[in-house]
This record gives sequence, structure tokens and C-alpha cells, in this order.
Amino acid sequence: MSEDSEESVPLLPLQQESMASALFNTDQNDNSERRRQDNSERRRNDRSGSETNGQPQNNTQQVVEQDEDEDEELTLKYGAKHVIMLFVPVTLCMVVVVATIKSVSFYTRKDGQLIYTPFTEETETVGQRALNSILNAAIMISVIIVMTILLVVLYKYRCYKVIHGWLIISSLLLLFFFSFIYLGEVFKTYNVAMDYITVALMIWNFGVVGMICIHWKGPLRLQQAYLIMISALMALVFIKYLPEWTAWLILAVISVYDLVAVLCPKGPLRMLVETAQERNETLFPALIYSSTMIWLVNMAEEDPEAQRKGPKNSTYEKQAPASQTQNEDAEADDGGFSQEWQQQRDNRIGPIESTPESRAAVQALPSNSQTSEDPEERGVKLGLGDFIFYSVLVGKASATASGDWNTTLACFVAILIGLCLTLLLLAIFKKALPALPISITFGLVFYFATDNLVQPFMDQLAFHQFYI
Amino acid sequence: MTLAVFFGCTFIAFGPAFGLFLFTIARDPLRIIILIAGAFFWLVSLLLSSLIWFIAVKASDPRDERLQKGLLIFGVMFSVLLQEAFRFLYYKLLRKAIEGLVALSEDGCSPISIQQMAYVAGVGFGLMSGAFSMINLLADALGPGTVGIHGDSQLYFLTSAFMTMVLIFLHTFWGILFFHGCEHRRWWEIMAVVVMHLTVSGSSFCNPLYVGSLVPSYLLMAAAAAWAYLLSGGSAQNLRRFLLCLRSGASPQPGS
Repeated sequence: MSEDSEESVPLLPLQQESMASALFNTDQNDNSERRRQDNSERRRNDRSGSETNGQPQNNTQQVVEQDEDEDEELTLKYGAKHVIMLFVPVTLCMVVVVATIKSVSFYTRKDGQLIYTPFTEETETVGQRALNSILNAAIMISVIIVMTILLVVLYKYRCYKVIHGWLIISSLLLLFFFSFIYLGEVFKTYNVAMDYITVALMIWNFGVVGMICIHWKGPLRLQQAYLIMISALMALVFIKYLPEWTAWLILAVISVYDLVAVLCPKGPLRMLVETAQERNETLFPALIYSSTMIWLVNMAEEDPEAQRKGPKNSTYEKQAPASQTQNEDAEADDGGFSQEWQQQRDNRIGPIESTPESRAAVQALPSNSQTSEDPEERGVKLGLGDFIFYSVLVGKASATASGDWNTTLACFVAILIGLCLTLLLLAIFKKALPALPISITFGLVFYFATDNLVQPFMDQLAFHQFYI
Repeated sequence: MTLAVFFGCTFIAFGPAFGLFLFTIARDPLRIIILIAGAFFWLVSLLLSSLIWFIAVKASDPRDERLQKGLLIFGVMFSVLLQEAFRFLYYKLLRKAIEGLVALSEDGCSPISIQQMAYVAGVGFGLMSGAFSMINLLADALGPGTVGIHGDSQLYFLTSAFMTMVLIFLHTFWGILFFHGCEHRRWWEIMAVVVMHLTVSGSSFCNPLYVGSLVPSYLLMAAAAAWAYLLSGGSAQNLRRFLLCLRSGASPQPGS
């Protein structure tokens, strides 16, 4: 679902976090994380629903089993590559957030709180502060739950226009307003004099290209870069406006909520995923970071992208400038379809254009059509909410820890290992999984342990210059 | 304390390790994962050892200087033992992982060998150990201040950087030696690694008498390097061929 159109994925999760109106993000993001499993799942669905593919029914059973075994083997075999495909953007997002926190003091200055966290933490007693932060976290979580349920209801009753409009407004806010503030603060930090006209031009270009890349089509790398940037912006907003104890509590509660919402049969996110699967639709691609562009994988429907890629295949060697940037990008990206693969395929079934008839014909062939489902192409997807909350954790660690860089580094490694474990579970269980719980748990444990236990030890060691 | 000090110390401490990472590990996703997991295991061992130290310190009199120093020394030794224990645990985990990889591969052999894993695990341990020792120092080196103004050694940053570099290398070689010992059931190799680690950490107690800590550490590093090289299949002949840029089996021709 999410694989075949990298297009308008509503920035629901982000917008939820940014806007007072919607706090779906995390849920959406949870959904998106769960989308990760979509690839192999959908492939299996397509195979089993072979009528739509034009493939004869009797072949499917064996194909399904064989493919499942190979699927299992292939998923795990390619797991390492996918893990790295997620490590890199998560690392980049965290690096951006930590770099900003360390240099731009705006994001560590207390300038009030969001309306979702109305209780202040500047109280006299520790007990009062604890109570306030618990209340803040409770309010935030209930807003998120309400938003998620609202989103599921909207989706179930097919109010797509409302959802898309909401997402577009959210991403507008994020791409224009928040980045304007960010740019302003960076200029202030480095004492750069700048006129409004230049700033307007920069922000306009940045925002419009961002909207196009995220909601429509754009080069894969650019889209990924924009998604990372808006995740970082959102995380910075959270780091600035959430008071300390509230932030940690929210992180903990949201991982529990993520776990519940994704895995429980009646969880809103799970229902969202299942509804989307029933309708065979993609689920808000703009809310999900995807590591590859998948094309020509799902040969079932009138896939407009595959059709456009048809002429691209035949002109591949001539390198005719493709009219669609998407094709260009996919070509630049390769999507796993290297030139050798193209030639191989051309040799095997003759140079064809990918039209519905040709696809049906190919599928009628005795199936060694694994080439069309090149596992290299099977990108992995992670919801933007995951990016945001990972970065919030690491950013908070770098902003407020006494251990400073040691704590930041420890949280960073913990989150990466959590992500690795989550992907391993994903490869084993082959269904959508929440990405927050394991990483956030490790991150929180390591934050508090490093800050309180390791830091004094390392301090003493550095003081005496002992080495362990 | 200038940018020069910052960059100099960073490159001294992490330059070789970064080079190793870039040329041998960065290309292969599986190795990157093993590296990060190794770093994680080292981190967990540090966590547990600092927990023990913290408890000991809290249970003792904070004003007794000698006791505190004694507890710190105990903490260091305990941490070393715990690090080696976690290296063993990591070895066990990687062994299981190799079996899994073999089962999943098409041709029945794992995409990565235990020796390569040993190397990468060693680099992982070393990088994390070096990062934890050095990063805060580097951050301080960027800021204002004068080194040794109260009569301490002026070479603090420089020697820290050199010590970090030697420790990263040592962890790499220890990884190779340790895994080799575990593979072939040679307990004396494992004991040698533990003893070497204890020696290196113990020599750091001589600081700020740097000749007492840096010189033995570098000598031990050279010894460990030679031993690891021999265990990995190297020999004097290989080395000569490599240095003279000969192709294996060809007659001596410089620069092919």
C-alpha cells in the first residue's frame, strides 16, 4: 500500500503534533511504522488474490509457499541492508536536532508551555511537580488518543478530503512557519544580518518544494531529506515547549500507548491498518519515511507509475531525459533495478513496455517472476512520529543531562539498538510492529542510568586520568 | 585550548579508528550492525560496573580520600573484568547469529566469518570506550581555559588522546585474540587478554607519570597487534609481500 505511491502522505502525525487541533501524529506514525511490514504482506495478499493479477489460480498455492519461504529467507537476508537504510535517516535527524540544541539557545530557553501541558513544573515541592507532570502527560496522551480515534473514524467513513486538507494545512504550517522561526533563530545565533526579501524568497522556495516533494512527487532523496527536516523541526518544538519531567513521562506513556494501539485487536492504529489493507490502499504516504521507491512491484492494477515507467525502460540505455522527475529519480536511485537486471529481463522476455496487457502476459508465465519482486527494492518504512520521538529523547538528553555528550551518545546507541531489534522482530513476525517501545525503553533506561551512575564514575576516572 | 587542540586531539584519538571504520566496516551493513551492537554491549558493561561503584561509594564515607581512591581503583578493575565478561557474552551471541545466517543463506555459508566479526566487535568495543573517555574532554577543549594551571600536567589533552588511541587499537586486537581463544578453546589466550587489559588499566594508575602508562600500553599494543596478525593468518612473508606491493605468488615486482 504505502509502497506504490510515495505521494501524498499526509503529514498527519507531524501536524498533529504541531497543531493544537490534531495529535494523531504519534498514532499515525505508529501506523506508519507498522506499515513496515506492508511490503511482504501485500505481496502475499496479491499473490493469494491472484485473480486480480491475471495469474491462473492453480499456480498460486505452490508459488505462495515457495515465495513465503524465500520471503522469510530474503527478508532476513536483506534485513541488514534495511536496518542501515533506517539507521542513516534516524542518525541524521538526531544529529540535526543535537547540533541545533547545542548551538541555538532558543530551543533550550523556557518560553512557556503548550496548551496541552497546562500545568507548570515550577512548583515548590517535588510532590507537586510530580503530580503536575503526571497530569500534563495524561492530558497530552488523551489528546493523542482522541485524535487517533477521530482519524480512524474519518478514514473509516471515507472522509479523505478532510484528512488530506488537514494534512496539507499541517505541513504548510511546518514547512513555512516553523522553518521561518528556525531560520530566524539560526541567524540570531550566528549574528547574520538578513533582509526580509531574501528570507521570504528562501522560505518560499523551501516550503513550496517541500510541499511538492512530500505531497506529490519528487526525487526520493529530496523527499527523504524533507521528511527528516520536518521531523527535526517538530522534535525541536517538543524539546522547547515540554517541561522536563513531562517530557520523560510522555515518552514513556507514548511507547506504552504505541504498543497497545498497534498490537491489540481493537487498537485504533491496528484498525486503521486493517481498514487500509481491506481497501487495498496506501496509508498517508506523507507520514511515512520510506527508504526506497518501489515500482513495478505490484503488477496488479492500473499502476500509473508503472505505466510511466514503461517508456522509461525502453529508453533506459539511451538515457533520454525522462519527462517525469520521478522516473529520473527512480533511475538515479536505481530502485534495485540495475542495468544488468534490465538487460536480463529484456533478454528473458524481450524488451516490452509495461502495459496492463504485458503485465498480465508476464504473470501468466511460469512463475519465476521473483525478479519483478526484487527484494532489494523492498524498502522499509518508518513512521515520522518515530523519528520525532527518538530525536526528542536524544535532544532532551543533550540539552539537560549533566553527563552531556556521554549521555547523548549512550541514548543514541540505545535507540539504534532498539531499532535494530524492532526490525529483527519485524523480519520474524512479518506484521506491522510499533517502533517506539523497545527503542524508547532502552533510551530512557540508558539516559537515567548514564546520567546518574556512569557520569560520576567517568568524571572521577577523567579527574585521575584512569582508563578502563 | 583552541581549535587546534580540539582537532589535533580528535584526530589523534579517533583518526585511525575512523580510518578502520571507513575502509573496512562502512561498506557492509552487517558489519555496521555488529559494530553498534558491540558498542552497546560495552555500554551495558560500563553501566553495570558504574552501578557497583556507585553503590560502594554511597555506602562509604565521602570524606575519606584514600578510601575513595581505593574504591575507584576497585571500580576500574571490576569494570575491566566485566568488560571482558561482556566480550564473552557477545561472542556467544555472535556464534548464534552465525548459525542463523548460515541457515538462511543460499549456499550454506555465512556472509561473514567469525574472525571478521571478532575484528568488528573489537572495533565496536574500542570506539565506544574511546568515545566515552574522550568526548567530554574534546567538548571542554573547545571552550576557554588553561590546562594545568593548578600545577597539574600540561599535557593532559594530548596524553588523553594518545591513551584513547592505544585503547581503541587494543580493544580491536583483544577482540580478535579473545574470539580466537573462544573458538579454539584456548583458555590461556583468553586469560592473556584479560591480564593485558588489567595491565593497561593498571598502568594508567601511574598517571600523570605518563611514561609509566603510555609506554607499556604502546608496547603491549605492538605485541597484541603482532599476535592478532599471526592468528589471523598473517606471517612475515605476507607482511613482506604486502609492503612490497607484490601480488601473491608472483615474482617480486614493485608497484603493480
